[in-house]
Amino acid sequence: MRAPTSLLPLRLAAVSFEVETKRIIDGVSLAIEPGPRTVIVGPNGAGKSVLMRLCHGLLRPTAGTIDWASPERPGERRRQAMVFQRPVMLRRSALANVEYALKIGGVPAREREGRARAALAEVGLAALANRGARVLSGGEQQRLALARAWVLRPEVLFLDEPTANLDPGASAEVERIIGTIRAAGTKIVLITHNLGQARRLGDEILFLNQGRLVERAPVDRFFNRPASPETEAFLRGELPWA
Amino acid sequence: MDTILQAFRDAVRLIVELDAGMLAIIRLSLQVSLSAVAIATLLALPVGAAIAVGRFPGRQATIVLLNALMGLPPVVVGLVVYLLLSRAGPLGELGLLFTPTAMVIAQTILILPIIAALARQAVEDAWREYQEQLHSLGAGGWKAALTLVWDIRFSLFTAVLAGLGRACAEVGAVMIVGGNIDGVTRVMTTTIALETSKGDLPLALGLGIVLVTIVLMLNAGAYSLKEVAQRRYG
Repeated sequence: MRAPTSLLPLRLAAVSFEVETKRIIDGVSLAIEPGPRTVIVGPNGAGKSVLMRLCHGLLRPTAGTIDWASPERPGERRRQAMVFQRPVMLRRSALANVEYALKIGGVPAREREGRARAALAEVGLAALANRGARVLSGGEQQRLALARAWVLRPEVLFLDEPTANLDPGASAEVERIIGTIRAAGTKIVLITHNLGQARRLGDEILFLNQGRLVERAPVDRFFNRPASPETEAFLRGELPWA
Repeated sequence: MDTILQAFRDAVRLIVELDAGMLAIIRLSLQVSLSAVAIATLLALPVGAAIAVGRFPGRQATIVLLNALMGLPPVVVGLVVYLLLSRAGPLGELGLLFTPTAMVIAQTILILPIIAALARQAVEDAWREYQEQLHSLGAGGWKAALTLVWDIRFSLFTAVLAGLGRACAEVGAVMIVGGNIDGVTRVMTTTIALETSKGDLPLALGLGIVLVTIVLMLNAGAYSLKEVAQRRYG
């Protein structure tokens, strides 16, 4: 059996996305390489979530191309995962939610429970395994979403503002889990509104404004020596919100 | 007033003594309505789901039509099925008129839009919520559909019970296509109509009590099931 080659790099070439003549993503070209944690920042309405959905394959670009180094094939286990700002939990137990991901991923039935329990333990939810997923708190649901996304050990994990609705304690816990996932070798691509979080979790920053990729820089340079006036305005909090 | 009280006492006695004639009527009622619900459910759930997630020309009009059909008058359904099944009608050869089968057909047509419309709404709401998450997890096509249906099974069950309640309670359709023949096509609602007009109140009242009890129990059951599911699964 041939070892699967890496999904990455992911290459976007002149990608645009329009909804009824409104251009949400405007000619973005970039390559997402394995390794550094990529953090996407930008004002509301900049197109961050849409860009992430395009990368993850939930939306198709209306122009341009999005290519993985070795694309996923339909019907095979997904090698990338995404955690949404508001994850959708299935109406079943926390454990069964993780088992569901394993089932969809083609993991044999006898292995599922053990692996799902281990994944829950990794996010600190072992004690809540049999609780209905939808009656968990927001922070617990987000940790469950991380367990469900990570249980199949994806090569790339997209996170769309995973801590936007959480209190500081729950946010810290989610950041810790993201660190663990990163340490295990998964590429992290994260959207955040929280510039402190961008500094803590990012290696490189993509700054998006009005659907355009304005700046891409290592985290230090982005915050200390921004290359574009738009970035400076954004960091000073002076960018008009779209 | 005395006559009514006496009739009420007699009605209760019929129920308590499990009167054979009354039991036969109740049994036929349930047989007809449950068969209609089973058939209508099998047809309505896929139809409702397909309209919910499908994108086709005329979809909006279909939804409006489906919702309008929820209020279909039973007598009109009865009339149409009567015309289809009557000796001169296109399906007259089958000889189904004035049989329980004809009643099942009429009630199926009556409640199919109810179950389909309620299922359409439930599936559409859920699909809007689940679509991205299921795609992200890698569940597409049938897998996604089955996951969705299983997850909203309690809402769908409520839709089915709404259909059953309607089927049990309607009188117009079964009266026309069944003919209210004693021992053959006489069900609770048609018996109540007939016995009341004849002045035989005890049987009518007894069946009325049973009918209301059944409908109450169905709704109480549906409500508690939803409550339990809500608490357990959110």
